[in-house]
Amino acid sequence: MLKNRIIPCLDVKNGRVVKGINFVDLMDAGDPVEQAKIYSDGGADEICFLDITASNENRNTIYDVVEKTSKKCFVPLTVGGGVRSIDDIYKLLNCGADKVSINTAAVQNSEVVLESSKKFGSQCIVVAIDAKKNSDKWEIFTHGGRNNTGINAIEFAKKMEDSGAGELLVTSMDRDGTQAGYDIDLMSEISSKVNIPVIASGGVGNLDHLADGIKLGNASAVLAASIFHYGKHSVKEAKEYLDSKGIPVRI
Amino acid sequence: MNVTIVDYNSGNISSVINSFQEVAKDKVNIEVTSDLHKIKSSDKIVLPGQGSFKSCVDALNSIDGLVDILNDFVISEKKPLFGICVGLQMFADIGYEETETKGLGWISGKVSKIDNQNGKFKLPHIGWNEINIIKDSKIFKNIKNNSHMYFVHSYEFVPEDKSVISATTDYSSNIVCSVEKENIFGTQFHPEKSDKTGLNLIQNFLNL
Repeated sequence: MLKNRIIPCLDVKNGRVVKGINFVDLMDAGDPVEQAKIYSDGGADEICFLDITASNENRNTIYDVVEKTSKKCFVPLTVGGGVRSIDDIYKLLNCGADKVSINTAAVQNSEVVLESSKKFGSQCIVVAIDAKKNSDKWEIFTHGGRNNTGINAIEFAKKMEDSGAGELLVTSMDRDGTQAGYDIDLMSEISSKVNIPVIASGGVGNLDHLADGIKLGNASAVLAASIFHYGKHSVKEAKEYLDSKGIPVRI
Repeated sequence: MNVTIVDYNSGNISSVINSFQEVAKDKVNIEVTSDLHKIKSSDKIVLPGQGSFKSCVDALNSIDGLVDILNDFVISEKKPLFGICVGLQMFADIGYEETETKGLGWISGKVSKIDNQNGKFKLPHIGWNEINIIKDSKIFKNIKNNSHMYFVHSYEFVPEDKSVISATTDYSSNIVCSVEKENIFGTQFHPEKSDKTGLNLIQNFLNL
């Protein structure tokens, strides 16, 4: 039986790990390579690096981080943040990333998703959708949550599936950094509308939230940062908890 | 011992290289090349493969003489070869991804899309799934039945002769996830991304 994946996410800036509240108020908290190794030794099913300020700054540091990590961690490694072109994707994969997640560039030009999935295979193309509720619908935000595009998130998700995305990483901008739990309605709505796996992200504050993301949100995988990063819970604890709730996980 | 990872522009092979180098340490020489002489003279070959069946077959064929060298290595000389993911799928006679494409024909069978039962099962099949070991294989030495391996694929290899199947995994049906035919080995899952269990399998192949 296929297991639900637990994915710790490390937000990286200038080669160092940070995690903020609603994308601001950054706090430095460690070396990404060591952190990733701790997670993979602890049973993480994948590791995700998000280069959070990459859209605006020099991002060469991330290549070095990816290269070092991929020589130490033998679980899938996803890297996102500032991925804009086929060339960016090529460089990240070449450094040892297994998947890349594309956010702003996918919204601006879906051809990037179409072209890259053809060139590298759908298995390594994740489209990251940052969505925020606006009255009765969810809309897509880009540039690390700063720009509202007005694009309907559900329709965009379907379009990305058609363009060849292998997975969707769905983040609720209303919940990200709040520790109030995933936006379950958003997750289940998107999951029911596409046939590719959905990774739930944004808002995890406790282990019940992870269970809800899978059971109620129908996510194939759950991503979280702070609850693992600040030592509130280990990946192992998370898995044992989910297992006790009857959710299939790799232990 | 020289083990060659065939570099034929089949997509991202850095994880395959990293994992084999991690296991090989200084004891085994791991070469990553498309050089026909080096491939021919190596003791073992690893055939990775990402992307579509068609793109991988096209990439193999675009290197003049490569398929002939591989055929010699596997069929005439009977030296060990290990295919990963689409690398395994290409053992088949034919694949149906994108368009009907002829495979290497080393193990009779076809590669077709996983039946998702009208959307009940999401595709690609991505993540950790248990393997059911159904045949004693040297590459499973010290690997327990029902171990987890990392998968990412939408197509499956359906061999005609079921006796080549060494393991299956359950996703919509019993999917073939490991084959062994004499000197030919292959896994649909990615041992290079399957943590310690995957590295163990790589070690077993190097130890053959």
